[in-house]
Formats: sequence, structure tokens, C-alpha cells
Amino acid sequence: MNTILEAKNINKYFRDPVLFHALKNISFNITKGEFVSIMGKSGCGKSTLLYILSTMDTDYDGELYIDGELTSGKTNDELAFIRNKHIGFVFQFHYLLPEFTVLENVMLPAKKLGEKSLEEIEHDAIEKLKLLHIDDQALKLASRISGGQKQRVSIARSLINSPSIIMGDEPTGNLDSKNAENVFNIFQELSHQQNLSLLIVTHDEEFANKTDRIIMMGDGHII
Amino acid sequence: MNSFRIILGISKIHLISRIKQTSIAALGVTFGISAFIILMGFMNGLNGLLDGLILNRTPHIHIYNDIKPSENQPVAYFKDFSEAFNVVHSVKPKQTQKKIHNAQPLINYLNQNPKVKGAIPQVTAQGFYISGSQQLNGMITGIDALAEAKLFNFDNYITEGNVLDLKNNVNGILLGIGVAKKMSLKIGDRIQIANVNGEIIPLKIVGLFQSGLAEIDNTQSYVNVKTAQRILSESENYITDINVKLFDIEDAVPMSKFIANEFTLTAIDIKTANAQFETGTSVRNLISYAVSITLLLVAGFGIYNILNMMIYEKMNDIAILKATGFSGNDVKRIFISQAVIIGIVGGILGLILGYLVSRLIDNIPFETEAIPNITTYPVVYNYVHYIIAMLFAMISTFIAGYLPAQKAKNIDPVEIIRGQ
Repeated sequence: MNTILEAKNINKYFRDPVLFHALKNISFNITKGEFVSIMGKSGCGKSTLLYILSTMDTDYDGELYIDGELTSGKTNDELAFIRNKHIGFVFQFHYLLPEFTVLENVMLPAKKLGEKSLEEIEHDAIEKLKLLHIDDQALKLASRISGGQKQRVSIARSLINSPSIIMGDEPTGNLDSKNAENVFNIFQELSHQQNLSLLIVTHDEEFANKTDRIIMMGDGHII
Repeated sequence: MNSFRIILGISKIHLISRIKQTSIAALGVTFGISAFIILMGFMNGLNGLLDGLILNRTPHIHIYNDIKPSENQPVAYFKDFSEAFNVVHSVKPKQTQKKIHNAQPLINYLNQNPKVKGAIPQVTAQGFYISGSQQLNGMITGIDALAEAKLFNFDNYITEGNVLDLKNNVNGILLGIGVAKKMSLKIGDRIQIANVNGEIIPLKIVGLFQSGLAEIDNTQSYVNVKTAQRILSESENYITDINVKLFDIEDAVPMSKFIANEFTLTAIDIKTANAQFETGTSVRNLISYAVSITLLLVAGFGIYNILNMMIYEKMNDIAILKATGFSGNDVKRIFISQAVIIGIVGGILGLILGYLVSRLIDNIPFETEAIPNITTYPVVYNYVHYIIAMLFAMISTFIAGYLPAQKAKNIDPVEIIRGQ
């Protein structure tokens, strides 16, 4: 089994307003094709952990390996490249660029990566949209589609660069049960069929119970 | 290159989706730039006009034989009194000739100097204009008409007739418009000139001129050098003045000193004669630059404000871009490029608007007695102003965009995403 993501002794402190030890010696790893969820009460540090794992938060102690590559201590530009190439994001809120069309939103990370020609990127983007059954909305502005559709578009965007891992911060938290079910099914499909690793922070017990592994957190520890 | 295109694409969509704010920001630049163009063109036009009024027709060096007493009275050469304090009463000017000694060789010598654009002779004579029973005091100057026209824009002041008429007519005279009015003379009429000895020379009026200075127009007239010599009953080597035009006006001072020393003549340079003009020109330039810079500064603050607001509105977008792999520098470039696009578009519009308004001013009638050859307001179209204006637009918008862009670069996406 090859490891996609490995965290070693991660410690995180908040210094403002008072010194607070948010994450305490977090170590775990995720293998290829594994569908992992992180659960815990509000304030237990699960989102904080996710942002560290996503390389967006660099203010921590410990070591983080993505695809076997040590990311701790890299420059912001290098980290931006890693996020671009290896990590796909899905957030609780839809986070699309509202003035761009759905298709442009999906294409943008691939354009940034710049490994393919514009035609290939467009083709890939439409493929991803088809996979999520929203290719009929491709030319609409991102601000003109419904919440469930937006979430599917952001999943399509997270897939565009064929990342090693998809990270989600309560991706179903803002959706009704039908859409949440839908999103879970998409994730499971990706995990099983495309052998993608997924790491999802969630409150939803029902959602978590269906994943391969649950990491329970409490008070900055893995329980 | 590729990433540059994406950044430009994002900037473009941001700008277009906020077309109102973008236009207001660009209009700020447009007005600043067009004001600069208009001010500079108009100011320079006026400067040129005023300079032309005096400087262009004033020789850079005027050489003549001045009437003055000897600087050293005979007693100064007497050794016994060299230590004494000598007082000489009733000093009178020395008996001297008005003509410049060896004028023609001196003119040839000056014309060979590479710094000299041209040196031309003049003969000034005093006399009376007689027409019917009227007599008027007059100054008659003999000139080389074509050379005067070439070097000192003499033809600009001729309101009727032209220089060739004078050149081709040995008995021709160009009369000041004041003289012509007083004696009710017109082109083609005859006028008689009485010289100081009382001899009368009939001449034909081939043209009228208006210098804009009434004092000159009421007394001055121009004839050919030879005619003037004939009025004075002098030989062909009788030259009273030499006017020199240089390529570079800066050479006037040293050159006039050199001529005065070398040939024991009086040589007055233009800077001494018209010192106030240069001061006026530089002050006017300073004012137009100051006003334009102020306008652009205001435009710059406008852009700064709008981009700052935009960044607050775009916090989410910035977070998304950063989360999906755009680096802080990419985000910074997006906002700087927006500012620079506003600068370029506003700047180009400003150049066009400035040019059009300049054209408009250029066509507004402006007639004045003082400057007969001017009919509209003077405007200069100097491409250097347009280049400076454009550079100014780009630099000021870049600076105005840089600070907000730096802020956008440093936005922490985690804070935005968590803050929701």
C-alpha cells in the first residue's frame, strides 16, 4: 500500500489571544484509495488539522509528507504548486468565482498548472462535469446555479488536475439530505472507481459511518 | 507566459464585472492625462508665441558701434599721476563713425563659424516720410530681406505684400502700418523720404508690416541695404549693424564677449537684452507640471481606493484562488495588472481626449493687434508630452495598485474560509 499523506507529530499553537495548544502530537497516514473522515466536536481542532494538511496553514511544528514529499518548510510558491497539482478542495460553502462560468471555474486550476493545452483542459473539464451530471450547466455563470449544483461544480474543479487526494471541510454541511447523499455517493464512486484518496472533515455521523475509516478527534488529540 | 495570460484573463473579468467602478477609476486617469496634455500643449504654445514675439525676431547677438566716451582719458596714461585720484570734467564722446569698420569681412568671418546660423548686415538711417504736405519722423532700416525672413521670421509681420516684392524692387519700401495709416497710404502708392541732408528720394510702397509694438509701427520702415545706403549717400561698405543668429542660444553670451573684445565693437547678447523671458518660460512650465501631477495624484488615490474596496469584496475569490494553487504573487499580479490596465485604458483615452480638446482650442479664434500672424490660440503638439503623459499614467496607477495588491498577496486563505 503506498502512502499518499503522512503526518508526523504535528503540533499547533494559537498565540492570540492566549497561548493555546490546538493540536497535540497528531500522527497518522492515508493510503491510496482510502476514504477517511475526521469527526469531533466543534473546536476540537479538526478544521485546523485539515488546513495544515492542505498546506495552506504553515504555522505548525512537525512533518507533513504528501505523495512522499516533505512539505514542511517549503516556500509559499512551492506550496501553491503542490496544492495545485496534488490536492483537490471541497469546502462547506461553495466557493466558486461568481463572475466566471461553471466551465471556467473548473478549468482555472488546470490553466494555472499549464501542463495541457487549452483544448485538452476544456475537454477534461467537460468530462469532469459529465461525471457529476452537471455538464448542461457548463456555460452558466457560477452565481446563477443552485447550491447543490455549486457543490458538484467545486468537486469537478477539485478533480481537474487528477490530484492525489481530495480534502473536504464539511462538504455536505450546507446541503439538504438529498444533495448530501448525492455528494457522498460521488465521493464513494471516486474512491472506489478511480482509487482516489479522500479526507473529509464532517459533523454528519451518518456520512462518517459509511467511510472506510473514521479519525475521531477530541481536545487536539486523535482518540 | 501562460500564467500571465490566465492572470490577465482573471483581471479582465474582474474589471468587466465591475464596469462602473472600473470606468470611474479610468476616467480619473483620463482627466488627469488629458489635462496634462492640454496644459502642456497650450502652455508651450503660449510660450512659443511669447518667445516668438520678442526672441525670434531679436538677434542672438547684435553688433554695432556704440557712441560713448573713451574709457581711459589721456591723464590715465600719464605715469606721474598713476597713483593720484584724477577727476576729469565734461567728458564728451569721442569722434567716431557710426559704420562698422570692415563690416563685410567680419560678416564673412562670422558666417564661417559653425555655431553661427547666419550673420546679416543692416543699415539704419534716420529721415522723414513726406507725402503731400505731411512730414513724419522716420527710422529707415536697410535689410537683406530674404535673409531676415529666413533667420528672424521677418515675413510673419508683413501684413500686405511679401519679402520678395521688397527684394526685387530697388526702390521699394516696406512701411510700418502706423505710418501708412497716418499718411493714408496703401500698397502701390509712392512716398518720399527726406534724409538728414534734406535730399529727397522717392520710393514705392511694396508692402506694409505690423510688429505689434505701436511705437515701431509708427516710425519704422524697411528698405533694401543698397537703398538705405543711397538714402544716406554712403558707399556700399557702409554697414551700421550686424545681426547674428546662432544655432544654440546658449552660445550667445561667450560669443558676444569674444566679438566685443576681438573687434572693439559693442556686442549685445539676447540673454542680457531679454533676461525676463527665460524666467517666465520656466515658471509657466513648472506650473503646468505641478497642476498635472496634482491631477494624476488625485486619480491615483481614486484607483487606490477602488482597488482596496475591490479586494475586500474579493476576499472569497482570493481565498479560492490561493486554495486551488495560485500563489500570493499570482494574486498580487492579478490586482496590479488590473491597476495597470485601468492606467493604460484611462491613459490612452486621456491622450485622445487631450488631443481633441487641444484641437478645439487650436481652432478658437484669437486675434490680437500685437501678433498679426496669429488667428487662433496657439497649441503645440509635442509627442514628448504624450510619451511623458503615458508613462505618468502607467507609473502612477502601478503605484496605486501595488499597495492593495500587496495586501491581497498577504491575505491568509484559512482565515477567510474559517470565517464563514
